[in-house]
Amino acid sequence: MAEEVQTLSTDPEHPAQGTTTPVVTGTGTRPAIIGDATTGHGDVPVQTRNERFASTDVAAFPPVTGREATWKLTPIGELKALIEGGLDGSRYPVDTTATGGAQVVWVGREDERIGTAGIPEDRAAANAWSSFQEALVVRVTGEEASTATVVRTELGSAARAAHTIVDAAPFAKAVVVLDNRGTAHLAENVEILVGDGADITVVSVQDWDDDAKHVANHFAQVGRDAHLKHVVVSFGGAVVRVNPSVTLAGSGADGDLLGVYFADAAQHLESQVFLFHKADHTKGRVEYRGALQGEGAHTVWIGDVLIGPDATGTDSYEQNRNLVLTDGTRADSVPNLEIETGDIAGAGHASATGRFDDEQLFYLQARGIPEEVARRLVVRGFLSSIVQKIGVPELEERLQQAIEAELAGEAR
Amino acid sequence: MSTLAIRDLHVSIETDQGTKPILRGVDLDISSGETHAVMGPNGSGKSTLAYTIAGHPRYTVDSGSITLDGEDVLAMSVDERARAGLFLAMQYPVEIPGVTVSNFLRTAKTAIDGKSPAIRGWVKDVRQSMENLRMDSAFAERNVNEGFSGGEKKRHEILQLELLKPKFAVLDETDSGLDVDALKIVSEGVNRAKGSSDLGVLLITHYTRILRYIKPDFVHVFVAGRVAEEGGPELADRLEDEGYDRYVAAAAASA
Ligand SMILES: Nc1ncnc2c1ncn2[C@@H]1O[C@H](COP(=O)(O)OP(=O)(O)OP(=O)(O)O)[C@@H](O)[C@H]1O
Ligand SMILES: [Mg+2]
Repeated sequence: MAEEVQTLSTDPEHPAQGTTTPVVTGTGTRPAIIGDATTGHGDVPVQTRNERFASTDVAAFPPVTGREATWKLTPIGELKALIEGGLDGSRYPVDTTATGGAQVVWVGREDERIGTAGIPEDRAAANAWSSFQEALVVRVTGEEASTATVVRTELGSAARAAHTIVDAAPFAKAVVVLDNRGTAHLAENVEILVGDGADITVVSVQDWDDDAKHVANHFAQVGRDAHLKHVVVSFGGAVVRVNPSVTLAGSGADGDLLGVYFADAAQHLESQVFLFHKADHTKGRVEYRGALQGEGAHTVWIGDVLIGPDATGTDSYEQNRNLVLTDGTRADSVPNLEIETGDIAGAGHASATGRFDDEQLFYLQARGIPEEVARRLVVRGFLSSIVQKIGVPELEERLQQAIEAELAGEAR
Repeated sequence: MSTLAIRDLHVSIETDQGTKPILRGVDLDISSGETHAVMGPNGSGKSTLAYTIAGHPRYTVDSGSITLDGEDVLAMSVDERARAGLFLAMQYPVEIPGVTVSNFLRTAKTAIDGKSPAIRGWVKDVRQSMENLRMDSAFAERNVNEGFSGGEKKRHEILQLELLKPKFAVLDETDSGLDVDALKIVSEGVNRAKGSSDLGVLLITHYTRILRYIKPDFVHVFVAGRVAEEGGPELADRLEDEGYDRYVAAAAASA
C-alpha cells in the first residue's frame, strides 16, 4: 500500500515527506467521487478498515513497536505506561450535572451494555479495558432535550484507566459534554449507543494541563434514523489522542464528526477518525480543523471512511484542514476512503494544510488592524467554522476564549 | 488640509523570471478635497501604484518617495498607513472565512480611532451606511467577502470607506464588474464620503464611465509604469473618444 501520509512540515529536522495524494480504494463500480484531492484509485489496502484485529484483552496484543498503522505517527515512548504498564482502574472523582431525562451512574463490569458499541483495536485501549473496575454511565431518555455534563479535574498523574458509556434511548434528544481539565495520565474507552430516532450530541473537551497524557477511543453505534454529532476539542495536554470510531448501523443514520484542535510548542494532538457506513442511506460528514504554533507542535489526523457493501444510497464527505502559524511544526493529514458498493449518492474527501494567507493579513492590516490582532482574527475565524457547528452556546463561548488564550500564548 | 505626495517612484516585483520593474518614475500630488483619476490600459501598473501606497509586501520600492504631510509613508507598516489616514478599496477584495462583517468593521474602526466606537452610535452608523449602499442588513452577519458577488464586494469596500473616514482613498477599479445601478450606488457612496469630509480621492479606472458620476479635478493617463499625460476633466473625454492607442504606441516607440 502506498504511503498516504500528507504532511506539511515546517520543522527542518523532519522535512516534508512530500505531498502524496490520498487514495480511494474499492471493490464496487467506481462511484462519483467528489473531492479536490482525489486523483489516485486502485491501490488495494492491506486490509479493509473494519477487519483490524480487535480484543478486550490486553494480553492478546503483541508489544507495540511503533510500526503499526495505528501507532506510527504517535510518540509511543511517552505513552509507555498507558500502553503496557499497570493502570489504576478504580473510581475517580467526577463532577456531574444532569437535566431533563439524563442521569449519571456508576455500574460494574458485568453491565450488559459494555462492549456493545465496539471493542479495542489497539493495545492502550485494551489495557484500559482490562483494567477498569467500574464504568460511568450517562443514560438519556425522553424526547424533551436533556443535558449532561461530566467534569473530570482530579484524575492525577498516576496512570489510570476509565470506561464511560453514553446510552441514549430511542428518540432521546440530548447534549452530553465530557469536560476534561487538570492533569491526567489516562487510557480510556467511551462507548456511545444512539437508539433509533435519537438525536445526540457528544462533546469531548481536552483542556488538560500541559503535562497531561491521554489516549481515548470512542466507539459509537448509531441506530435507524438517528443522528449523532460527535465533537472532539483538543487544546491542552502533552500528548492527547482521541480516536472516534462511529458506525452508522441503522438505515438513514446520520453522523457529524467534528473536531477542532490547537497545538502549541511541543504538544502532540491526534485524532484517528473511523466512520463506517454500514447501513443504507446513511449520511456522514467528518470535518476536523486545527491550528499549529510553536516549535515541536505536532498534529495527526487520520480519517478512514468505509462504505460497506450494504450501504447503498450513502452520502459521505470528510475533510481536514490545518493552519500552520509558525516554523517548527508538523501536521500529518491522512484521508482514506474505501468503497465497497457501487451504488452510493456521493463520497469525497479533502485535506489541506497551509500557511497563513498573507493576502488575508494584508486586507485586515490595510484597514488599520495591527498584525497581531489580524492574525488572531484569521485563526479564530478559521477554527470558529467548527466551533459554530457544535450548537451548544455556553460551550462555544468557552471555546472561543480558549482559542484566544492559545493565540495569546498563555500557559495552560 | 493634507497632501499625499508621490515622487519619482520606481517599483518592481520578483517573478520567476527575475526582477520585473513596473513603475518607472511616477510623480503625483493629491491634496485634501481633490479627486484625481488615474486611467490606463491593462497592465500599465495602476494596481501596482495602489498596492504600493497601501504597502503590500509583494512590491519593492527601488527609489523615490511617498509622503503624507511630509511623513515618510514607505517607512510605515500596512496598518500604520491605514491609521495615518490612507485607504485602499481593492480591485479584488479578499475573503476572510469565519470573520463576520460586523466584527471586522468594529475591529477596524477601533484600530483606526484608537478606541472602540460608542456602541449605540456605531450600530446606527453601520445600519445607515448599509442602507445607503442598498446592502441588506443580513450582510453584517456574513463572513467578510465570502460568497459576495463582485458588486457586493465593491459596495462592502465603499461601506468601509464611509465608516472609517480616511484622509485619502485609493479606489482601484471600483467600477469594474458593476452594472449601471450598482455603479451609481457606489459612486453616490464615494460622493457622500467626499461631501462629509475633506477626502482626497485617487480614482483608478480603465473606463471613463464612472467619471460621469464622480467628477475628477485632474486626470492622469498612466502608460507603461509612468504618467504619460495629465490634464483636467476634458482629458477623460478625449480618452473616451480616442482610447489609449496613441499613448501605447508612443510608449512602445520610446522603449
Ligand atoms: N505577481 C506578479 N507576477 C508577474 N507579473 C506581475 C505580477 N503582478 C503584476 N505583474 C505585472 O505587472 C504589470 C502591472 O500590473 P498591474 O496589476 O499593476 O496593472 P494594472 O494597470 O492594474 O492592470 P489592470 O487594468 O489589468 O488591473 C503587468 O504587466 C502585470 O502582469
Ligand atoms: Mg489593476
